[in-house]
Amino acid sequence: MKKPYIRPLDIKHGRIDMGHGAGGKAAAQLIEELFLAAFDNEFLRQGDDGAVLSLPGFDPALGRLVMATDGHVISPLFFPGGDIGCLAVHGTVNDVAMSGARPLYLSASFIIEEGFPLADLQRIVLSMAAAAREAGVPVVTGDTKVVEQGKGDGVFISTTGVGVVAPGVHISGRLARPGDVVLLSGTIGDHGVAVLSQRESLAFETTLQSDTAALHTLVQAMLVAAPGGVRVLRDPTRGGLATTLNEVARQSGVGMVLQEAAIPVKPQVDAACELLGLDPLYVANEGKLVAVVVPELVDTVLAAMRAHPLGQDAARIGEVTADPHQFVQMATRFGGRRVVDWLSGEQLPRIC
Amino acid sequence: MRPNDHAVVNLGGIRKEISVALVSDVKVGDYVIVHVGHAIGVIDPEEAQRTLELFAQMEALAQAEGNAP
Amino acid sequence: MKYIDEFRDGDLARQIGARIVAEAEPGRQYSFMEFCGGHTHAISRYGVLELLPPNVRMVHGPGCPVCVLPIGRIDLAIRLALERNAIVCTYGDTMRVPASDSLSLTRAKARGGDIRMVYSAADALATARANPQREVVFFAIGFETTTPPTALAIRDAQRDGLANFSVLCCHVLTPSAITHILESPEVRQLGTVPIDGFIGPAHVSIVIGSAPYEHFAEEYRKPVVIAGFEPLDVMQAILMLVRQVNQGRAQVENEFTRAVTPEGNLKAQALVSEVFELRPAFEWRGLGTVPYSALKIRSAFAAFDAERRFQLAYTPVADNKACECGAILRGVKRPTDCKIFGTVCTPENPVGSCMVSSEGACAAHYTYGRFRDQA
Repeated sequence: MKKPYIRPLDIKHGRIDMGHGAGGKAAAQLIEELFLAAFDNEFLRQGDDGAVLSLPGFDPALGRLVMATDGHVISPLFFPGGDIGCLAVHGTVNDVAMSGARPLYLSASFIIEEGFPLADLQRIVLSMAAAAREAGVPVVTGDTKVVEQGKGDGVFISTTGVGVVAPGVHISGRLARPGDVVLLSGTIGDHGVAVLSQRESLAFETTLQSDTAALHTLVQAMLVAAPGGVRVLRDPTRGGLATTLNEVARQSGVGMVLQEAAIPVKPQVDAACELLGLDPLYVANEGKLVAVVVPELVDTVLAAMRAHPLGQDAARIGEVTADPHQFVQMATRFGGRRVVDWLSGEQLPRIC
Repeated sequence: MRPNDHAVVNLGGIRKEISVALVSDVKVGDYVIVHVGHAIGVIDPEEAQRTLELFAQMEALAQAEGNAP
Repeated sequence: MKYIDEFRDGDLARQIGARIVAEAEPGRQYSFMEFCGGHTHAISRYGVLELLPPNVRMVHGPGCPVCVLPIGRIDLAIRLALERNAIVCTYGDTMRVPASDSLSLTRAKARGGDIRMVYSAADALATARANPQREVVFFAIGFETTTPPTALAIRDAQRDGLANFSVLCCHVLTPSAITHILESPEVRQLGTVPIDGFIGPAHVSIVIGSAPYEHFAEEYRKPVVIAGFEPLDVMQAILMLVRQVNQGRAQVENEFTRAVTPEGNLKAQALVSEVFELRPAFEWRGLGTVPYSALKIRSAFAAFDAERRFQLAYTPVADNKACECGAILRGVKRPTDCKIFGTVCTPENPVGSCMVSSEGACAAHYTYGRFRDQA
């Protein structure tokens, strides 16, 4: 597989900087060269957000176990449309769902800063509970720790989820093939912009809300409607749509060509990005998914998505191509063409 | 308009407070060019219209010369 | 979005593109230089090059203030944060520029420096107000567009008697950059960089007006067309330049009439003259020392001049030997001519400044145009 970074990590003298957490190339390199290299095993090597595991004594023909984990360090903790609590539930439920699995249970670990108001903590926990109940995925175990004042952003939450993927369902970032079609479940950039509007230094007013949502029922609807039709599922969170598509292109060893005019963006998101000098393609989403689908079943999958409340704006946004350079290209609305590279360093403050 | 040479601008539904200390005679309803949180110039609507018409002239010219747009 | 969407219309783009193809004389090469970050960005992001004929070439000049910032200046800012414990505020792009000792402002922040990204000079001022017991320094870079906001911040700081705020001033002037390029040996004598005309910068011209460009058109016999920063503006300006070249004219034309007047924004200009004065000389990355090309803070505002306040001494630092940023900034070489482009030097491991800022020639090409190299 072609590597997008040439210089290895400087383990001896290097330090973590904000770029390593942004979800772009720096983050990918850190994970690959430091973490994957150390933990190396067949499950990690799958390279997806969730790991599909084998259980001793358990017949894979009955289904396979999927496990995924996510840490949430968002600031501010409360934003239009959600908070760190429901985000923590949705994020991991979605990671499990992106393997095509039905999420079953969650664990939740809290690292709380000394001095954090109990009222805020309860607000977050109640929000998590509501999100878990609504998704039908209970929190079955957890942990809390307290750190001294100044060592945390109020509260950090880590969630781990387990689920079961049905026999015959194979979904992975490695499975995109030339000729497949790329679908997007709805508008991009909503979450990132909603969160940014709360930052003191930016302080703009908007009616935009975060799109944070649990996507597992949408995924099930798609899989039931078109068995064998969905090859890849990914939720474009930190780093945005551009980063996610580049990850898939790299994992599958393919290229992609997108149509800018087909990518749904809310006018307010466009305007906010214009004002702040951002590109919606790189802004985080928390309630959207990207699907790579076999060409014969595109219409079926799209219909299933649009029939679901979370997929009403679903659109066909591009195609997978054979490309040894694994470029994700885009035909611009203007009539030109450009490469859509993935995020290189940190473009925005931590927002998810 | 807000006190201390500030104003609220609206772009596609997004509202933001910016400084208008660098421009003179700006009033509600004007369109401004914003850079690093400051309005640095006011858009002249007549000139904007004239520029757009200039672009569109291309079509008229092209048709006159028999070039398909 | 009004005044934005209309200037990005794809159909109009195709029509203007067709006109450029029709009017560019076959067998004749046209080379136009733009030196405005907004234009570099517009051309790359919207894929304008696809709509131009192969004999019309766009050359990217020193329009990115981050790219022309010498390493030595960033070192000063880093030292203020790490050694003098000042809160250093700066614009986003400046954070990642590689400086000495494998440091950048982002890396210095990882080492414990209190370095903060701000969206405007006013934010830096607010930071000073919020932290009265700390020194706050605004690392001010940029051409004539960002200079008035800095002037405003200094004037307000003086008016309010702020005791902990100062500015490390690295503001530079556009006309000096163009003159320097036109005077460079490559252009004048050797003719290796044939520049047939210039696209005048958008934001800068709003502030300084169209009059300052008359000098270039006359003295160097090169047409200048000031263009807005939307892609249709850029295409229209290219068409106007092609026409001038065909007709043997060398005039200043204004495509951006909706925002640029001959005299510019007088209020902003007055404010800048009140706070700043010319430096006799200033080092530009890639261009060497250029006379009367940059600004420093006047004595009346000396208390807010970080260089005087902290008694900073400037030491020039040479660029990496393999780095071709200098030649690229002057339009002599293209990003792909640099041996380390895309291999050692990439956006996540930038060696030179052209790769750091999204307005830099190398970053723009890497991010948006690289696929053309492989075709």
